Amino acid sequence: MGCGATKSNELQAALLIQRWYRQYVARLEMRRRCTWHIFQSIEYAGEQDQIKLYNFFGYLMDHFTPANSERNLISHIFRENEICRDIEWERYFCYKNIEVPELYSGPHLSFPLTVSNVADLVEAFKNKQQLHTRYVLQLLLESWKLLRMLPNINQVSTCQTKEITICGDLHGHLEDLLLVFYKNGMPSVEKSYVFNGDFVDRGKDSIEILLILFAFMLLYPNNVHLNRGNHEDYIVNLRYGFTKEVLGKYRLHGKKILKLLQKIFSWLPLATVIDQKVLILHGGISDTTDLNIIAQADRHKVKSTSFLLIVDMLWSDPMPQDGCIPNEVRGGGCYWGPDVTEKVLRRHNLQLLIRSHECKQEGYEFCHNRKVLTIFSASNYYEVGSNRGAYIRLGPDLVPHFIQYQANRSTRELTLRQSVGETERSALRALREQLFAHKSDLLYAFQDYDTDNTGWISLKHWATAVEAVLRLGLPWRVLRSQLVTTTQDGMLDYQGWLRELPITEPKTESLLETMYKQRSNLETIFRIIDSDHSGLISFEEFRQTWKLLSSHLKMEISDEAILDMAVSIDFNKDGSIDINEFMEAFRLVDRTMNLPSEPNHTKTDE
Amino acid sequence: MADKESAEAVISEIHRRIAEAFNVFDNESSKSVDVREVGTIIRSLGCFPSEAELHEMIAEVEEEEPTGYIRFEKFLPAMTKVLMERKFRPIPKDVLIQAFEVLDQEKKGYLEAEELKKYMTQEGEPFSQDEVEEMLSAALDNKENVIFYKDLVSKMTFEDL
Repeated sequence: MGCGATKSNELQAALLIQRWYRQYVARLEMRRRCTWHIFQSIEYAGEQDQIKLYNFFGYLMDHFTPANSERNLISHIFRENEICRDIEWERYFCYKNIEVPELYSGPHLSFPLTVSNVADLVEAFKNKQQLHTRYVLQLLLESWKLLRMLPNINQVSTCQTKEITICGDLHGHLEDLLLVFYKNGMPSVEKSYVFNGDFVDRGKDSIEILLILFAFMLLYPNNVHLNRGNHEDYIVNLRYGFTKEVLGKYRLHGKKILKLLQKIFSWLPLATVIDQKVLILHGGISDTTDLNIIAQADRHKVKSTSFLLIVDMLWSDPMPQDGCIPNEVRGGGCYWGPDVTEKVLRRHNLQLLIRSHECKQEGYEFCHNRKVLTIFSASNYYEVGSNRGAYIRLGPDLVPHFIQYQANRSTRELTLRQSVGETERSALRALREQLFAHKSDLLYAFQDYDTDNTGWISLKHWATAVEAVLRLGLPWRVLRSQLVTTTQDGMLDYQGWLRELPITEPKTESLLETMYKQRSNLETIFRIIDSDHSGLISFEEFRQTWKLLSSHLKMEISDEAILDMAVSIDFNKDGSIDINEFMEAFRLVDRTMNLPSEPNHTKTDE
Repeated sequence: MADKESAEAVISEIHRRIAEAFNVFDNESSKSVDVREVGTIIRSLGCFPSEAELHEMIAEVEEEEPTGYIRFEKFLPAMTKVLMERKFRPIPKDVLIQAFEVLDQEKKGYLEAEELKKYMTQEGEPFSQDEVEEMLSAALDNKENVIFYKDLVSKMTFEDL
């Protein structure tokens, strides 16, 4: 081979290369983690907005004494609160005169459901077929009837069913549910399941997941248990995609289906307890959580006396420190500490709390001295490659066993570099949107540091200012090289940088920016107003909505400015605004909500 | 145009950089991270330590009775020192290429997959199976099944995924 010198050279060379490569991998890992943090903080900030919207509506309900014109709008928004008897609703939801045409090639259901019905259903969805409206309504009606009879807290025992499988958030990811069934087997009298909420929103097959879960629940009512998640809520659905999905897939009857689902969601049980020892619920607990009180509540009533307790169960997150504080990040529920876990578990003689609600990279995570377990079943939640999903198997010994997976086989074949790249691009795009939305505030903050008015600030000040304005708690210094590409001697031309951010060229800059910031809220309100789901709202409705929202935000907007804006948005010049076009102007079409368009799709399933 | 910064300001900015990198891995805001992540944190701050140097540093910041976690309190001063003293400097591109050329005995301009694998898993501070597989999948030119190391170095040094 070589002499001693060559051997030592080779050794040195190898050492160098290894040192270099490990550094490269570490940088990638850091970027992957940052990307994660970006998605998570933006998601939670969005939820915060959502709760603020709720509070806005609550505020309107309690305090508003509107002038005539606004009174109509508000009662319009709140007409959902009309009280009808269930039997009248059953008549409204009647499916009997909806015929199934011969051309329909999807699954046919008969009631009571049989095993082969449900197997057919799963198979059909696997093959991207859609269930006919008639069967959808029938299935949902039966589910509603069953759910109304269930208690707030399901009590389950392993002596009947031996092993129980627990799944976390699915969020419309049908491929993950199918993967779980493939690996673990479908529900049956021998195979019990608990599905811990958040079945819908974000993913594109939310309705299919619901139909499968309800079908199994009807088939095996003692073996399939569903807990409500914070996304089983019609207002959340307006924002996060489920409403859009249903209206897109069921153009004629979507509205009816959504209305029925609204009722069904409110009747979903709040928790499941196994062997009186393991508590399973979607979000978590607070220091006031008392299962005896919750068991008595009227869970389906919007303003039940235990409303706050229920919100806590669906929205809370654990924290490492002792105590219990309001969850300001999400805007609802609380953060609870290990001492609260201890207290509540002891109060009810429990040994473990299983919850979901938070995406975890490995699909599951323990905390609070292994007394709290988070389980999340939607893999690739933020982006392809972002995380694995997992489910739990629990036997009579009540020791959890985990099975992890990741849908999308090709993910595993991507190199670390490739999967980080895709996800990161996506996260940075979302982050730039956030930055753009706060342009004016950022400008003020930068100018504060630029006391000599040179147009330049240091990167250090850039990082501090951005955090002060956006408050996302992100590692801006770590992210800097991805967001700021042109600097000179460690200084940044901030106006140039801000100019490069925007997606559209705004005319009336600050009004557009504000609208952009509020776009999710706006869309939600628009869709509530658009009661016949036509996708159109009138100028007047647009004007009133914006006026209400801006007064709530304590902003001054002249009627003229609003009208100008409305006219410029009316792309068709027909006096009404197409919501989709409006949102499109902000390039809001989220890739996860792109419904598949089948080329030769004949509408036989409506 | 550059600010005339006091030593204090420089150090406080370094502290903030270190804190940010640390917090990315501190999932529960417990002011401590898993010891297995410390290497990633140090490297992400621009340092190129060898495994031996890394272990030395970890030994420095570990608790007397190792808990498997490194506390920020101990990590911060040690890391500040590393950055101030500019320890574990980056490897210049040409030095790196020279290293590859040493392994490329026949001066072909490329390395066969098996060749690189052998060196990486048998020499120096050996890679694990996973590490070498990952490196190969990123480095391998699929059409020719070899590694053009000059291209590789360019690709991975000025990274814009």
